Amino acid sequence: MTTTETPNNVDNGVNTAALLGAREQLSAAPEAAEFIWRASCSWVHGTFSTTTVDGFSGLGTDHHHKTQYTFDADHPECFASEDRGATPTEILLAALASCLTGGVASVAQHRGIQLRSVTAKVEGTMNVLGILGADPDIRNGFSDITVRFDIDADASPEDIQALVAQSQKRSAVYDIVTNPTSITVGVV
Amino acid sequence: MSATPVHVSAVIIGAGHAGLAMSRRLSERSIDHVVLERGEVANSWRTERWDSLRLLTPNWQSQLPGMGYSGDDPDGYMTMSEVTEFITTYATTISAPVHTHTTVTSVRASESGYTVQTDHETWTCASVVIASGGSNLANVPAIAAAVPATITTITPMTYRSPDALAENGVLVVGASATGVQLADEIRRSGRPVILSVGEHVRMPRSYRGRDVLWWMDAAGISDERHDEVDDLVRARHLPSPQLIGTPEHRTIDLNTLTDLGVEIVGRLGRVMDGVAQFSGSLANVCLMADLKMNRLLQNFDDWAETTGCSDIGPKHRSESTRVPAPTRLELDLVANDIGTVIWATGYRPDYSWLDVPVLDNKGRIRHIGGVVDDAPGMYVTGLNVLRRRRSSYIHGAAADSEELSERLEHHLARA
Repeated sequence: MTTTETPNNVDNGVNTAALLGAREQLSAAPEAAEFIWRASCSWVHGTFSTTTVDGFSGLGTDHHHKTQYTFDADHPECFASEDRGATPTEILLAALASCLTGGVASVAQHRGIQLRSVTAKVEGTMNVLGILGADPDIRNGFSDITVRFDIDADASPEDIQALVAQSQKRSAVYDIVTNPTSITVGVV
Repeated sequence: MSATPVHVSAVIIGAGHAGLAMSRRLSERSIDHVVLERGEVANSWRTERWDSLRLLTPNWQSQLPGMGYSGDDPDGYMTMSEVTEFITTYATTISAPVHTHTTVTSVRASESGYTVQTDHETWTCASVVIASGGSNLANVPAIAAAVPATITTITPMTYRSPDALAENGVLVVGASATGVQLADEIRRSGRPVILSVGEHVRMPRSYRGRDVLWWMDAAGISDERHDEVDDLVRARHLPSPQLIGTPEHRTIDLNTLTDLGVEIVGRLGRVMDGVAQFSGSLANVCLMADLKMNRLLQNFDDWAETTGCSDIGPKHRSESTRVPAPTRLELDLVANDIGTVIWATGYRPDYSWLDVPVLDNKGRIRHIGGVVDDAPGMYVTGLNVLRRRRSSYIHGAAADSEELSERLEHHLARA
C-alpha cells in the first residue's frame, strides 16, 4: 500500500496538493488536459542551430514561459563542426535526465521522503556508422541508454528503488524515448 | 414482445454469481424480482472461456450466500464445467426466478422507476440491478488494424486451445492472468511464443505454505473497502494477477515462462509495415512488479508476526524477474513466421442496452460502491473492487449483495 499523506516536515519543494488537485479537476474536464508543447528552431551556420521555447497551450488557453529559453545545438569538432553547442542527442539525454529527476522529487514528496541530494548520470551508446550511412544494419539512434541515480534521502534502498521506478512510469520523456511516436514532418 | 409490461419491484440483469447472490438477498427480504439472463445461468463461464481455464480462487473461497463449496478438495481450483455446475446448482438451491434466453435490449428511466425491455416481455420496476459483469467484450487496441492480413488475430473470448491455432509462432499481447496462462499452454504445445509485457501484477501461487489468496484474506487486504483504497481508479483497473489454478498449485510468472522458452518483450507500441515495435520499458515494468510483490509479501510477514500466526512455513522471496538483455524492440511478424496474434489486452463491459445517462467519458458506470450515481434505485454489482478488493472474486458477492440489497430495500420503502 502506498502512502498518500505527506508528512508536514518533508519538503522537496514540490506542491503535491496542487498536482493532486489538478489530477482530479482534469479527470473531470479531460479536454482541458490536452496540451501542445512547442519549440522553434532556426539554422545559423553549418550544423549550428538555435532553438527557442517560448509558449505552450493547455487548460484551454495559451501560456508563456516567464522568459524565452534558448538551446544551442551543434556537432563537435571531431565531426568537422565548430562545437558551438551540445549535440541534439545530448540535449535529448538532458531532457531524459531532467524529466526523471523532476519525477523523483515529485514522487518523493508524495511518498513523504525527504531528499538531500539527487544526481543522475546518463549515457547513451551509439555506433555512428548508422548516421554516417556506412552500415545499413546499424540504427541511427542510441543502441542503449543507461541512467544511474545517486540519491541521498531518508528512505530504505527498496523505497529509493521504488521511487526511481515510479518516476520512470510517470515520465513523459522516458515514454517518448521507449515507445514509438508518430511524427509528421512537413514543409511550408 | 407482449404489449403490456409486467411490474416487479426489482429486475436483476445477469444470472452469474453476482446476480444470483443479489437474487438470494432479495428473496431473504421478500422483495419480488426477476433475474434476466441472455443465455443460460453462468453463461459467460459456459461460452466465453478457454478449455483449460480454472478459477484463480481456491474452492474454499467459493462461498455464496446460502451455499458454499461442499466437495472434497477445498484447496483445488474449479474447472469451467465445475464453476458452471456450481453456479447452476446455486440458482436451483436458492430458487432464483431466472428467465433464461431473455436478452435485455433497453433499460430506460420511467415515471415509476425503470422500464426494462427484452426480446420477450417488457418489465417495469422501481429498481434495477446490473449484474451483467465487467468482461463482456475483449479490448483490442487500435494498432490491431496494422497487423498483416495473413496473420490470424484472436481474443481470449474466442480462443479455446492451442489445437485450433496454426502450427507456427504466436505473439501473445498482454501479461495479466489471461496472457501468461495462454503463453504457457501454447508454448507447451510446441509453438514458438513471444509474450508482450506491459505493467503487470506478479504473485506467487502460494507463500509460506498457504495460497496467496488465503494471505490476502487473512491479512485483511481482501476486505479493504472502496473508500479506503489508496487509488480506487487504479485498483479497479489493475491487470489481473499472474496466477493460474492447477492441481499442482504451480506458480506462473515471467521466469517460469522464460524457462519454457517463451520470449519476453516489452509492451507493444505499434505495428508498422508488418513490424511490431515493443517498448524499451520492459526492465522497469518487471522491476516494479517485483518490488510490489515483495512489498505484498512483507505485508504478509508483518501480519503473521503481529498476530503470532505460527502454522506457516518460513519466509522466502522469489528470484527477481530475469529480463532479457538486450531486449527485442522489433519483430517482423511475417519474416519471423508469426501465424497468430492473441490480444490478451483486457475486457470491458457492454452497456449498449443501457439508455440511462450513467456512464462516464470512458464508458464506465459512475457509482459509489455499486450505488449508481444520479439514478435512484439503480445498482451495479460483480465489478472489480466494487465495494472492497474481494468484490473482484466470487466470494466478494456475499457481503456486496448483503449491503446493496439493504440499500435497495430502503429505496423501495421510500419510493
